[in-house]
Amino acid sequence: MTTISRTTEYPILETARQQVLEGGIGLAEAQLLEVLRLPDPAVPAALELAHQVRLKHCGEDVEVEGIISIKTGGCPEDCHFCSQSGLFDSPVRGVWLDIPELVKAAKETAVTGATEFCIVAAVRGPDIKLMNQIKFAIDRINEEVDINIACSLGMLTRRQVDQLASWGVHRYNHNLETARSYFPQVVTTHSYEERLETCAMVKDAGMELCCGALIGMGESLEQRAELAAQLAALEPHEVPLNFLNPRPGTPLENQELMDGKDALRAIAAFRLAMPRTVLRYAGGRELTLGDLGTREGLLGGINAVIVGNYLTTLGRPAAADLNLLVDLNMPIKELQKTL
Amino acid sequence: MIPTRSTSSIIGSFCGHCGELYPKETFDGGSAPPSNVLQTGDGQVAAAPHQECAARLQLEPPRYCGQCGRRLKVQVSPHAWTATCSRHGTTAS
Repeated sequence: MTTISRTTEYPILETARQQVLEGGIGLAEAQLLEVLRLPDPAVPAALELAHQVRLKHCGEDVEVEGIISIKTGGCPEDCHFCSQSGLFDSPVRGVWLDIPELVKAAKETAVTGATEFCIVAAVRGPDIKLMNQIKFAIDRINEEVDINIACSLGMLTRRQVDQLASWGVHRYNHNLETARSYFPQVVTTHSYEERLETCAMVKDAGMELCCGALIGMGESLEQRAELAAQLAALEPHEVPLNFLNPRPGTPLENQELMDGKDALRAIAAFRLAMPRTVLRYAGGRELTLGDLGTREGLLGGINAVIVGNYLTTLGRPAAADLNLLVDLNMPIKELQKTL
Repeated sequence: MIPTRSTSSIIGSFCGHCGELYPKETFDGGSAPPSNVLQTGDGQVAAAPHQECAARLQLEPPRYCGQCGRRLKVQVSPHAWTATCSRHGTTAS
């Protein structure tokens, strides 16, 4: 059955086919809610359409990235999903990674074909010590590894944004995480507006903005649609899509895992909200979707993956994802195409 | 210098995921990893505690030392992890 015939069974998908696939215009919030409310039998058609949208507006390449924590744990913020907050009774201990280990990890990541290496720190925002470490790390990596460097260091000042841009940071990650209306349920130590300010400064400075979502935290479908629309309004270069992996000791430790079909609906909806954005599979997919779901997502709008481990948890072996891309005939995006 | 060991040599009486002491029946004094099944008094095989923890440890590194239950300093990189106990050294993936 073709995409066209399958979408006609569901009016919102037919609308999306015309508006997003043919017109290149992302769905609006109310339309996204309709996608998120599609019945289970409609999910394959939604994913197939999202895949067509991705192929038409992003191309067939898949962007591969590795991430690493330079400073783990001890964060003063209270993001309720995060095991690295120093405010919760989490088993994660504070630890710093030394620069040689960081360079080694960048080399190992580049070997997989990855074009992105993201250095992450669990902080509210970087202090001078961390900025100096980052500068040193960037210089060492650039000397030895051919890979784009991204950073995720929390909220930035204008001066810090400019410094990172001048040091050649290719992309900066700062997630919205959840919808504005749900944010106060998840974070109380800083505001949504503060996050938006950093995102805006990153774009102003000419860095690519990576701004992601974490779904399955107890938000409603309406709030999930709201989040997708709010991300689309930011026009980020990349959206990493995380699924909650409830962490011991955090306020969300007893949150039920998100239903796999809901996760797939969300993937389709986010692609239909942002037809040209890099939509990356990020944390939690192994638990929420398993191996089969990884395949379905890559055939349903996803066009980027984090390979290997995450910051404090383990991912699928990199080879499993890379082999899957071979099976699906999806080429890995080459470095020169990212510049 | 504290030695580095491979994961195959993780031996102990504490759960690496939750840090709790394993029930006595599930380990043999430290010479072998705890079993995932328990032999009950009437010969029935019952599910051992911490099976869920064992499953979780497929997707995350240990957070507690198997020998003493201390919290570990864990460093995760894209393709490996290390976990260091201040008393019992470093375990690596």
